Amino acid sequence: MGWQAVSYFADLAFTGLVFGCMYAMMAVGLTLIYGLLRILHIAHAAVYALGAYVAVIVANATGNIGVGFAAALVVAPIFGMAIYRLLYQPLLEYPPYVAMIASIGLLVFMEDGFRIAFGEQGLTFAHNPYPTRLYDLAGLTINSVQAAIIACTFVCLAALEVFTTHTRIGVAWRAAVSDPRIATSFGVDVIKVRYLIFAIGSALAALGGALIGLLNNFVEPTMGFVVSYKALAIIVLGGLGSLRGTLIASLVLGVVESYGTIFIGKYLDRDAIAFLFLIAVLIMRPRGIGGVKPA
Amino acid sequence: MSAYVYSVLAIMGINIILAVSLNIISGFCGQFSLGHAAFYGSGAYATAYFAAAGTPVPLALLSGIVVAGLLGLVVGFASLRLRDDFLAVTTIGVSFLFVGFVRKQAWLGAEMGISRIPPSGLGGKDNALLILACALATIAFSLYMNRSWMGFGFRAVGDDENTARTIGVPASQYKLVAFTIGTAIAGLAGGLYAYFTQFIVPDSFGFIVSVTLMAMVVIGGTGSTLGVVAGAIILTLLPELFRFVDNYRLLIFGGLLVLVVRFAPGGLAGLGRSTVQMVRGR
Repeated sequence: MGWQAVSYFADLAFTGLVFGCMYAMMAVGLTLIYGLLRILHIAHAAVYALGAYVAVIVANATGNIGVGFAAALVVAPIFGMAIYRLLYQPLLEYPPYVAMIASIGLLVFMEDGFRIAFGEQGLTFAHNPYPTRLYDLAGLTINSVQAAIIACTFVCLAALEVFTTHTRIGVAWRAAVSDPRIATSFGVDVIKVRYLIFAIGSALAALGGALIGLLNNFVEPTMGFVVSYKALAIIVLGGLGSLRGTLIASLVLGVVESYGTIFIGKYLDRDAIAFLFLIAVLIMRPRGIGGVKPA
Repeated sequence: MSAYVYSVLAIMGINIILAVSLNIISGFCGQFSLGHAAFYGSGAYATAYFAAAGTPVPLALLSGIVVAGLLGLVVGFASLRLRDDFLAVTTIGVSFLFVGFVRKQAWLGAEMGISRIPPSGLGGKDNALLILACALATIAFSLYMNRSWMGFGFRAVGDDENTARTIGVPASQYKLVAFTIGTAIAGLAGGLYAYFTQFIVPDSFGFIVSVTLMAMVVIGGTGSTLGVVAGAIILTLLPELFRFVDNYRLLIFGGLLVLVVRFAPGGLAGLGRSTVQMVRGR
């Protein structure tokens, strides 16, 4: 195998890793919410698109991409908490698929809302120098947004890991996930924990959406649709509820997709490859890679 | 009656068949499936493929039933060990896998679909009547099955699989049978659809169709055959009523889905039951 081929394979792996990081930012919120409420929160994709839209609109209005990102990180958590309060909380006593159907309805509604409000052809950043700012990393050419996506993912997940293991609120959170009733009797405010998780998960999804918008310099109504179902696949693969499992599953899926599109792209499209991989893994390990038994 | 009325009736009949067959899998037997459109699609593609090759109508329809049922048997077998949310996510995967696969198959027309499906020989009116007759037969079958011993077994598995196993209900076999019957009926709906439109494309069987079918079941009232029929009729007619605002159809569909589920989580059947209880309680 020549040097050309090696660099080609490395490029593919790297592209896969960037996608995997973006999946991870989506999937972490989903897995936390699933762990707490047993709801498959499909409308998370709408939060992801919302983050991208707020970022691009505010950035273009103020001329500053930083302000756009800040606005996205403020709006998305509020929206996420509103979804919990207005949609999920009243449905908690019903079987989980009821909330899931409502969630799908919200996603369809929001996607079409974005299309009607901001047009089918999508939006672009007026001034976006970052995707063309290139760096050379041991033969790999990467641009500054790809670097930012990878850095953000690892910083955010590391911070989350420290937060859940080393702070009082984090411990209360884990207690609320593993047994809400006993946590309540020890003085943990489970309702507050739920709001907190929706806020953090939504902020991460919005950050992922805004970064992908920046990378492609393109924000469109349906950008969250397939990502959301893949993120669901990832949290199942990761073993539901585990942060590390989710991260690993995200990165693996990103890379599998990236190679799969090249080698079996003639027979299946990108999304089908991802789900084929998911189904294959689930047949061998019905409880996911992590193999944690759900309560 | 005009051709438009017959085409709406035909679509309604197809949706009833699909929703009732999904209810056998999800409502009776408790296997939450978000991949029903894949079986509908495989039935449509099988019928279209054989019809275009010159197979007579009944045989082409039969091929749709067999192909969809076999696929259902395989998927059902693969997902026997999966429960609840794992099954939901896997069937989402099946839905995407089907469309992603068909899109890339030149012998199935790839993105362009199959367009040279010969007419069934029935006119628009008789075609619609045939579809409605099949819908009625499906409803009758579902009602009969629910009262049979097997229907009892299905519901036992759906309510509590572990307990059902304990009292000797062969849960795995029943789940497979429910999945195969439900998907085979979906294949029939697909075949009828292929003859109705004479033109099929991959996107007609995408994930959003699976969601719409599940919405019919949930809005109608999971497990109640007649509730689900009502759900199918409502979700077929609503988009027709909103045809004058065609640009906002998905917006309205999504909004209604949220509102109905939020305010009537037990579905129409649940609403009916609580009304009856209220009247009796007085």
